[in-house]
Amino acid sequence: MVPAPVADAATLEELLLRMWRIRAFEIRAMELFEEKLIRGSVHPYIGMEAIAVGVCAALRPDDFITSTHRGHGHCVAKGLDLRRMMAEIIGREDGYCRGRGGSMHITAIEQGMLGADAIVAGSSALAVGAAHGLRLQGRDSVVVCFFGDGAANQGILHEACNLAAVLSAQVIFVCENNEWAISTPASASTRVPNIAVRAAGYGFPGVVADGNDVVEMRAVTEEALARARAGDGPTLIEAKSYRITAHSAATKIDLRPVEELDAWRARDPILQLSGKLVESGVAEARIVEIETQARADVDAAVEFALASPRPDPGTATEDVYAPADWNVLERLS
Amino acid sequence: MSERDLTMAEALNEALHGEMERDSGVFVVGEDIAQIGGLFQVTAGLLERFGPQRVIDAPISEAGQVGAGVGAALVGCRPVVELQIADFVTLTMDQVVNHAAKWRYMSGGKVTVPFVLRGAVSSGIGMAGQHSQTLEAWFVHAPGLVVIMPSTPYDAKGLLTAAIRDDNPVVFLEKRLLYSRRGPVPEGDYTVPIGVADIKREGSDVTVACYAQGVQLALQAGRQLAEQGIELEVVDLRTLKPLDIETLGDSVRKTGRLVVVSEGARAGGVASEVVARIVDEAYDSLRAAPVRVTAKDTPIPYAAQLERAVMPQVDDLVAAVTGMLEGVPGA
Repeated sequence: MVPAPVADAATLEELLLRMWRIRAFEIRAMELFEEKLIRGSVHPYIGMEAIAVGVCAALRPDDFITSTHRGHGHCVAKGLDLRRMMAEIIGREDGYCRGRGGSMHITAIEQGMLGADAIVAGSSALAVGAAHGLRLQGRDSVVVCFFGDGAANQGILHEACNLAAVLSAQVIFVCENNEWAISTPASASTRVPNIAVRAAGYGFPGVVADGNDVVEMRAVTEEALARARAGDGPTLIEAKSYRITAHSAATKIDLRPVEELDAWRARDPILQLSGKLVESGVAEARIVEIETQARADVDAAVEFALASPRPDPGTATEDVYAPADWNVLERLS
Repeated sequence: MSERDLTMAEALNEALHGEMERDSGVFVVGEDIAQIGGLFQVTAGLLERFGPQRVIDAPISEAGQVGAGVGAALVGCRPVVELQIADFVTLTMDQVVNHAAKWRYMSGGKVTVPFVLRGAVSSGIGMAGQHSQTLEAWFVHAPGLVVIMPSTPYDAKGLLTAAIRDDNPVVFLEKRLLYSRRGPVPEGDYTVPIGVADIKREGSDVTVACYAQGVQLALQAGRQLAEQGIELEVVDLRTLKPLDIETLGDSVRKTGRLVVVSEGARAGGVASEVVARIVDEAYDSLRAAPVRVTAKDTPIPYAAQLERAVMPQVDDLVAAVTGMLEGVPGA
C-alpha cells in the first residue's frame, strides 16, 4: 500500500507553481495558435498537470522521461526552460530543437528529456532501451515513459512492456488515462475499466492512482522508483485524469458530454491543491501570487521566443546526419 | 595484419567480437542470437565472452527490439539489433523511420543515434514471399539512415566495424547466400569506409553498378563476356546511402555505358535511383541509355523455377550488356 502522502506547505506551493506554469503555458500556447504564431497544432495538458508534476517531483535530475504529442506538461515538470520551449513551439532558432521539432518533438537529453514522440506509444520501446543502456553504464537512473489511454492499445506498448519485464528494466510506465482519444472514449476502446490490470500480464505491478492529486502521484512514483532502482523491474502507474480542453487547439468537433466535463472541472487538480493549501492556512493572496508568477514566467517566455531569430532556410538540410567523413551532400542525394 | 580465408558470417562475427571488446557500450539484441549464436552463427561466441546483459536473446518483438536499440543509442550506447530475416523489418518500420532515422533531425541536431540494424536477406533459397524480400530501397528513401550491403567477407567485416563506430543509424543488410562464401580477411581491427565504392573488376566497355549478390552476378557475367572480348567494369557500391557517385561517375565517364544490377523490385528501386544519379552526374558521357537488371515487380514465389524467373540472373545481365552494345534500347 502507498503510505499516506505528506508534504509541507512550502513543497506544496512549489508543486502548485509548477502546475500553474504548465497551465499558463498551455493557455498562452492556445492563444498563440489562434494568432497563427504557432503552426500545425497544440495539444494542451490542461487538467492533467498533477500527473507530470507529481511524477517528476519524485525524480532525480539524472532520471529520464519520454513524452507524447501532449508533452508540454512533461517538459515543464522536468524543469525545461519555458523560454526555449516557447521558442521551439513558435519555430525559432533558440528553441530546444532550433525550430526543427515544434510542439510535438521537444528534446533535451541534457535535462533528462529523451524526446517527445508524436507517434502514439512510439517512445515506449525507446524508454526500455534507454533504461537497459543506463544499466550497462552502471547507472541507476530510471526512465519514465508517459503515454495515454489511447496508446494502451498499440502493439508497440505490448512489446515494450514485455521486453521491460524480461530485462527487469528500470522503467516506469505512466498511463495518463484522460478518458478520451480524440472522439473515442476509453470505454469504447478497451473492455477493462483499469488499464493498470494489464501489468499483471507482464508480471509486474500495476497501480491505479488519482491523476488529479499531485501528492499521490509523487508518492506512487517514489514507490515505483525504489523498485526500479533496486533492479526489481518496471511498474505501470495508471493516472486517472481528464483533459479539460479539446484534443488540440485545432479540434473542431468535441463529443464529450458537458456534464462529464463539468464534473471533472470541479476536480481540477489546481483547484484541489489550492484548496488544500488554503485549508492548511496558506493565505489566498499567496495562491494568487503563485498564479501571477507563473503567468509572468510564461509572458517572459513568449517575449523571449518572439525576439528569437527565425531559422535560416539555408540550414534546412543540416543535421540530417551526424558528422562523418562521408557526410557530404553530393553523396546523399 | 595476417590474412586468412573466412566466410562472410565469420567475418561479421569477428567485427562484432572486436567492437564489443573495444567499446563496452556495444551490445547485441535479436532472436536466437545468444545461446545458439544466431541462425547463421554471426553472433556465435558472444554470449560466452560478453554475458547476457550485452548479448540478449530477445522475445519475438522486432519493433520492441529496434525501439529499444534507438533508446539505448540516445543514452550513449551502440546497440546492434539483428533481424533474423530482413523481411521482419516490416514490423519495425515506425521505429526505424519515425524514430531511428529522424530523432537527430527533429532534435535540431543535438542527439545522435549510433544504432545498427542488421538483417539477413534470404532470397534465392525457396523461403517464399515473406522471407525473401530485398528492401534496401525503402531505407534509401528515408532521410537520416545509412544503408550498407556488403558483397565480400573483407568488406563485411570492415563495413560492420565502421557502421558500429558511426554516429548514425545504419541499416546493414546481409545476403544470406553470401554468408558461406569465403574470402581473405585480415585479423584484427580495420574499417572499410562508408560511402566508398570498390571496383571489383576493371574493364573499359560497360560499367556494372551492383552490390551484395549483384556483385557475384556481375563478376560471373564479366568472365563470360570477356570470352567475347567485352570487358565489364564492376563497381561494387557497398554503401547505397551515402552513394559514392564520384567513383561510379568516373567509371561511366570511362566506359560511356551503365547497367545497374539490383535484386530489389524494379519500380522505385535502387537501380532506378542509381540511373537517375548518373543522368545527373554524367549524362554527356553516356553512349547508350542506362539499363536496369532487377527483380520483377512481383512478390517472391516459392518454386525454384518461379523464383529464378523473378530474380535477376547472370543471363539477364549478359543479355542486357550485349543488347546495349548491339544498340537495342533497354534490352
